Amino acid sequence: MTDQATDPLAALKDKEPSKPPRSQWIDVWEQLKHHKGALFGGGFLIFITLAVIFGPYIWQVDPQALDIRNRDMRPIYVALWDGNAKVGWFRPLGTDNLGRDILANLIAGGRASMAVGWAAMILALVIGTGVGVVAGYFKKADFWLMRLTDLVLSLPILPLLLVAVTLFREPLRASFGPEGGMFILIVSVVGLTSWMQTARIVRGDILALKEREFILAARSIGTTPGKIIRRHLLPNVVSPIMVSATLGLATAIITESALSFLGVGFPSDFPTWGKLLADAVQRMEQYPERVVLPGILISLTVLGVNYLGDGLRDALDPRIRGR
Amino acid sequence: MLTFTIRRLILSIPTLLFISLVIFLLLQLAPGDPMAQVPLTVPPEVKQKMREALGLGQPLHVQYYKWMVQFFWIEPQVLFDHWFGTTFAEGKQRVISWQTRSPVMDIVVQRMPQTLWVVGLSYIVGILIALPIGIYSAYRQYSVFDQTGTFITMIGFSIPPFFTGPLLIVLFSVQLGWLPSIYDTTLVVTDWATFKLQFFQMIMPVMVLALQTTAQLSRYMRSSMLDNLGQDYVRTARAKGLREGVVVMVHVLRNSMIPVITVIALGVPAIFGGAIITENVFKVNGIGQLLLTALFANDIPMVMTLTFIFAILIVLFNLIADVLYGVLDPRIRYD
Amino acid sequence: MTLKTLLMGAVATAALAPAAFAERGADGEVSIIYWQAPSILNPYLSGGTKDIEAASLVVEPLARYNEMGEMVPFLASEIPTVGNGGVSEDLTTITWKIAPGMMWSDGTPVTSADVKFTAEYCMHPEGGCAQAAFFDGVENVEAIDDLTVKVTFNQPKPNPYGPFVGGQSPIIQAAQFADCLGAKAPECTEANFNPIGTGPFVVDDFRPNDVIQYSANPNYRDPAKPAFAKVTFKGGGDAAAAGRSVLETGEFDYAWNLQLAPDVIARMESAGKGKAIAGFGPLVERIEMNMTNPSPDLPPETRATVAEPHPFLSDIRVRKALSMAIDRPLLVEVGYGQAGKVTCDLVPAPAMFASGDMHCATQDIEGAKALLEEAGWTDSDGDGVREKDGMELSVLYQTSTNAVRQDFQALIKAWWEEIGVETELRNLDASVFFGGDPGSPDTFQKFYADVEMYANTFNGTDPQQYLAAYRCGNEPRPESQWQGENINRFCDPEYDALIDELARTGDIEKRAEIAIKMNNMLTKDTYTIVPLVHRGRVSAHVNDLGGVKLNVWDSELWNVADWYRIN
Repeated sequence: MTDQATDPLAALKDKEPSKPPRSQWIDVWEQLKHHKGALFGGGFLIFITLAVIFGPYIWQVDPQALDIRNRDMRPIYVALWDGNAKVGWFRPLGTDNLGRDILANLIAGGRASMAVGWAAMILALVIGTGVGVVAGYFKKADFWLMRLTDLVLSLPILPLLLVAVTLFREPLRASFGPEGGMFILIVSVVGLTSWMQTARIVRGDILALKEREFILAARSIGTTPGKIIRRHLLPNVVSPIMVSATLGLATAIITESALSFLGVGFPSDFPTWGKLLADAVQRMEQYPERVVLPGILISLTVLGVNYLGDGLRDALDPRIRGR
Repeated sequence: MLTFTIRRLILSIPTLLFISLVIFLLLQLAPGDPMAQVPLTVPPEVKQKMREALGLGQPLHVQYYKWMVQFFWIEPQVLFDHWFGTTFAEGKQRVISWQTRSPVMDIVVQRMPQTLWVVGLSYIVGILIALPIGIYSAYRQYSVFDQTGTFITMIGFSIPPFFTGPLLIVLFSVQLGWLPSIYDTTLVVTDWATFKLQFFQMIMPVMVLALQTTAQLSRYMRSSMLDNLGQDYVRTARAKGLREGVVVMVHVLRNSMIPVITVIALGVPAIFGGAIITENVFKVNGIGQLLLTALFANDIPMVMTLTFIFAILIVLFNLIADVLYGVLDPRIRYD
Repeated sequence: MTLKTLLMGAVATAALAPAAFAERGADGEVSIIYWQAPSILNPYLSGGTKDIEAASLVVEPLARYNEMGEMVPFLASEIPTVGNGGVSEDLTTITWKIAPGMMWSDGTPVTSADVKFTAEYCMHPEGGCAQAAFFDGVENVEAIDDLTVKVTFNQPKPNPYGPFVGGQSPIIQAAQFADCLGAKAPECTEANFNPIGTGPFVVDDFRPNDVIQYSANPNYRDPAKPAFAKVTFKGGGDAAAAGRSVLETGEFDYAWNLQLAPDVIARMESAGKGKAIAGFGPLVERIEMNMTNPSPDLPPETRATVAEPHPFLSDIRVRKALSMAIDRPLLVEVGYGQAGKVTCDLVPAPAMFASGDMHCATQDIEGAKALLEEAGWTDSDGDGVREKDGMELSVLYQTSTNAVRQDFQALIKAWWEEIGVETELRNLDASVFFGGDPGSPDTFQKFYADVEMYANTFNGTDPQQYLAAYRCGNEPRPESQWQGENINRFCDPEYDALIDELARTGDIEKRAEIAIKMNNMLTKDTYTIVPLVHRGRVSAHVNDLGGVKLNVWDSELWNVADWYRIN
């Protein structure tokens, strides 16, 4: 301020930028770095992803191997308060009622659950956002897209899945194997039946946003609809999308378990977190760890996504950024 | 707005007809057989006779036409008769369930009270808890309250009800013996003692369901509030000296309601749909349990009628949501 | 509070007098929970066990089976036999005498006209009667006098106790159902939901698929019975919750059919509120071998039909090896506990029809491997899976979705992989698997898999109908809309001859001999059917409920009139 006051002309000159303009994503990262929740959430997600990918190479126990002599073992920490408990370091988290290793099952189940959760969530998110934006912005498409939403909302999911299994299981099994085929089928059904809420929420927001002055301004200078959507509308609906993503991940993991529970999901020898949890409910008083461990993993994953989403939302909002 | 509403109401009739056709075809296409629950000891030719008695052998369009007539023409007559004591529907074939051989609508009416009590109440409880949590969490972002709220609601959302239900039963019914584990649908509230019984048997199912609603709604409420709290109009409102309460509860809240209204409106048809898993865990035996047993028994008239009633509600509440958008934000125009 | 004091008083009185001399309705209320909810109270319109048993409190047959599988008269005065002249020498007629003084709950007498009407009701061609098999071969039913009714069959019936015997074919009141014959049957909702009967209870309120309330029948034949004034019959939920409500919280007095793992039941029992009881009928959990080729590469007209024999399961050595690799005692221990027994028989009960052979009781992995080697199946490429002529020994093993069945699948898969048989598991929704939808690839009749596992049984104590299922030509196939009971597509003319011989033989010793021979032909001689576990039924009751006798041959609630509250 002081040197500007000494030379009035200098104040009128444009200042040379001291460094090249920073990309938006660096700003976002800067902001995200200071968000403890986001760092924790992201860190946990990376950890759990690495764990389920590389876990089987470190803990080389076959999750399907039965060991009847060592069935119903308790996790090693139970020995702390119960000296008589059936525990052993070779089965650190115990075994189930057929002697399958729980740690190995959690790792294998994590692979399936994470994959189903992410894939179905992203599928639902892409469809939901797409339908919502198009319906909200283009009046002509609105009616038809929303009636489609009504239709899909009214379809009962169980018969839908049974139909899908009947029609597509054999061809998918032939080209992707029994597990791969089932995976594609389940991801598609869960994804295709859970986008409607996102679509309606995004549409509602877009309907309100597109009447705002900044959109009018953008339109008046001749911005194309595509650009308006990408530049002006999408960034403003990031927060409901983030919430949908968080809830969608949990919903997908749980829906998958409910489907396996009803017998239309993965083959019974293919563990997922939801299925481990569902199978153990009957014995939750004797062996609480069998429900608690997969339950905690699902919860922590969902929490991780949630915190990461919170942080991203804050970081992407220029009004909050830099505060 | 009025013309918009009327036009949409008229347009929803062909929409609903189309939806009913799609549901019908889907159910016809789905594998399954109403005889699946008949023991294997019953010989196949007897099962075949039973199928024929249910009208299963008829061509698809005949079955669909029969259902349409029964649902759109005869059932309303029955309702009219019931209200005004007339006898229009006498002797006419109503929509008959394959499991019970009795009119589907009678059973639906019988199941409504418990479903509305439990699921409806849990929805209201959920909304009443979720909105304040969402608003306050956003207003005091990253406070201890916000963090705890986030933590609890997310855990609540990610734990499936088939786990929380039995867990509560083991705690409160088996270990402590405070609450009944099985819902008594025959209980009639007549005095204080029966009211207490009704209250006790509703606590657990209502809590399990409310947890899900709360988790979901409070997340949307919080994020939407956060979006608006940073806007210029909030600064303006504060600058012109409005009290903080008015700024948050009137200005910001109203502008933040659009996604929340969407979620609430989408949830109302689900109330009537009941809660399949929770109703089963606590033996509430409402609409959700009815739908599930009908699905397992391949009781197509029952499934068809129930899903179609939901479809009507869905179309109706989405329309209500659209109208509410216009009320909340007068800039939104549909015509 | 007053009600409770009253009940306490009633209970005290009941405790003083032996139960048999108690007063009607003195023990207050009894509550029963079935995890499958009854949807109708007319057994002729529903084959479901839940419906038949809920109706058995109200409507009764002429005779029932007791808990030992012996016939006892209910509405009849005695069991007709050839000895007492009730059954004709040529085995074509049976004459029942209704005991005098039997009353419907509305106070009118039971007559032979009601019995005759019951037969008309079920045999009506448009009625879709679920119990038509009981009336199979009935030529006519005539009322000789008010209390005597004669059933004539169109051919000699060695076992004439089909119609009007057991919970599935009770007598319904002619006056109530007169307008409900044939196509009109489903329109009689009031009669179907509230049948007038002769049983110990009458229906007060029936809510389909939810709850039934009954009260004591004022016109029941024994003035001292039933001991309970009211019955609440709740349905819905799952077996675990039903077991918990009886064994752990004591909210209910009786829970039906607890299909739970033995350790789960044992833990529930340890709460000390009640006990689990088991009974054994002829129910056998088995693996069925597909004798035809289910390969998806075949055209739908010949896939899984006798035109295409199975590529490797048609070799008895492979089937035998698969059976030898199974450790049945372990399966029983893991899946059923006290509710299961090791069996190698398709007909494990009644005792006189069971071969009792235990050749399969011990696992023999080495023997199974040797047998496969002998049959030419060797693991030449070292991948752990045997092959022969370029074909891998790989089986698809399907069953319905059920926790115990999935445990069995996992165990059996492990043993089969040990002997070098690759196993792919598939579990299917029970309503699809056991449904007969010809459009679905997943029904047990279509058998688009190499082996499948489920349980089956027969009604009453005579296995003739059950064994007759394996006749050549009775297999499900496209022309029969995939209906048929010969699931394995077994075919042996010698077996068919035995079916005919059994149908002609009246002497009970001789019948047992033929049945055992047929049983062996299906099991140890050919390994077409590989029995795993003889399954019992486990139910539970609270400690203070007396008089319960678990009956697997008839309705479980067959003697509910004798139930009472202990102290």
